[in-house]
Amino acid sequence: MKAGIRISGFGGQGIILSGVIVGKAAVLDGFNAVQTQSYGPEARGGSTRSEVVVSDEEIDYPKVESASVSIIMSQEAFFKYASRTKREGIIIYDPELIPDNKIEGNFKLAEVNATRIASELGTKIVANIVMLGAFNEICNLISHDAMIESIKDSIPKMLDLNLNAFEAGKKNVRIINKSL
Amino acid sequence: MTNDVIRLLGKKNLFIQGDDAVVYGALIADCRFFAGYPITPATEVAEGMALWMPRLGGVYVQMEDEIASIAAVIGASCTGVKSMTATSGPGFSLMQECIGYSCMAEIPCVIVNVQRGGPSTGQPTEAAQGDVMQAMWGTHGDHQIIALAPKSVQETLDLTIEAFNLSEDYRVPVILLLDAEIGHMREKVVLPEIINVKVDDRVPATIGPDKYRPYRTGFTRTSKVPEFAPFGSGYRTYVTGLTHDKRGFPVTTSAEVHEELVRRLVEKVQDDMDIIWYHEDSFLEDAEIIVVSYGTTARPAVSAVKMARKNGIKVGHIRLITIWPFHYEKMKEVLKNAHTVIVPEMNLGQMVHPIREAVGKNTKVISAPKIGGAIHTPYDILKFIEGDKN
Repeated sequence: MKAGIRISGFGGQGIILSGVIVGKAAVLDGFNAVQTQSYGPEARGGSTRSEVVVSDEEIDYPKVESASVSIIMSQEAFFKYASRTKREGIIIYDPELIPDNKIEGNFKLAEVNATRIASELGTKIVANIVMLGAFNEICNLISHDAMIESIKDSIPKMLDLNLNAFEAGKKNVRIINKSL
Repeated sequence: MTNDVIRLLGKKNLFIQGDDAVVYGALIADCRFFAGYPITPATEVAEGMALWMPRLGGVYVQMEDEIASIAAVIGASCTGVKSMTATSGPGFSLMQECIGYSCMAEIPCVIVNVQRGGPSTGQPTEAAQGDVMQAMWGTHGDHQIIALAPKSVQETLDLTIEAFNLSEDYRVPVILLLDAEIGHMREKVVLPEIINVKVDDRVPATIGPDKYRPYRTGFTRTSKVPEFAPFGSGYRTYVTGLTHDKRGFPVTTSAEVHEELVRRLVEKVQDDMDIIWYHEDSFLEDAEIIVVSYGTTARPAVSAVKMARKNGIKVGHIRLITIWPFHYEKMKEVLKNAHTVIVPEMNLGQMVHPIREAVGKNTKVISAPKIGGAIHTPYDILKFIEGDKN
């Protein structure tokens, strides 16, 4: 088994933390995992991405080329990375952040209104965790327990809010069958 | 002390980034002084040391710049405390003068350079291997430093411990050459079993203060390395960057004194090449083409070699772990059956030069450079292998 997960958006959304949580969870499940990141020098804003390679073998090349799963949180990132998903790979996105979400190709699309759900829970900064809930629901890759354990280990504050966000993501994700 | 640190760190399996692995390696190696100035992508090393030094009775100082940082590190080391700083290209350039001082005065220290795109402030968040030659030749005058280049987060931890050991054994600055990719890459790290951790300390003075001379030699395992009496120990020590005699006093116009000292500074390291040099190889048996890589670049290089092997190409891989001093004889030996050597680097071709010198004129040595921030893909390297299979 080898899977590449690419999480993309802009600085401040918790894109890199999301990658860390996924990578750590994969290790808890007994896989090898490598998490890498790319961002500009700005503290907020600027395009950001985090990549996680999960494998049951040793991982040589640490980067993701065609992603098995793309988790996308900005319009710019959608234009750039949605098509860099494998055939029959999964693209999870927030449709309110990405109104222009038409894409050609053989992908499985899943929507979750992460930013709105997060705002309703109290703060939109947990939108990334809502996305991870959706990811865990849709992709049979990492166990629920490992994801929860990893969130607890990675987020020292406002744990309940984050766990609620994770569950809300699982509950509210919708698979869209848009074949173009 | 090492046992206490590993217990303090708690979990044995960690999912941490390369910069954090430097911190844990330093703690395990008994580093108890850090002076630095934050710079992307090395800041997390300073953050970690700021957190841990006070807990362990050590000292963390955020200095006004990198010149002061390396000076403080050398000063702390003069008192016998293992000391480290961490920086990236712009700061590493500023440190060069004092790296030479550390060579000349034989004060052990570890300098971590998490390389980013240069020259100048260049690309703060992007990876590069552009400081390879600078690590060896950035400071002026004849000298010999040691530089190590890890390829994974686990190896970053292990080689940080090794960097301290080599620095203590040979009383030289040891440079740990990471890059932004590995500094910020997270991977599983297993903390070493306590019983397996080897931590070396510089050899203390073996005679009383009345007979001690700071730079007399012949009394340590590596007979060209002098014994060490720390400042404040009651021993009379004298430290200078000027050419000095065995008492440590400046003697600046004697060709004999200068030649004896500088040759010893170089030979104390180079005489032990076989101990200091580490490399790793794979698929060499029948290899006609050999890829030589180091650091992060070794990872796509291995992927590329495996892909080429599947296509029936007789290609092997050598990964340099020690990059300075460069073991010319050993590299000549391991590369002797190759008709072509390919050297992928995240620079416009630096390590390719000593390799070319080692193999001689009958072997083709090809540079496979990549700059701009992205690491080589396996295909970037495969292209060079396939281009040269005949």
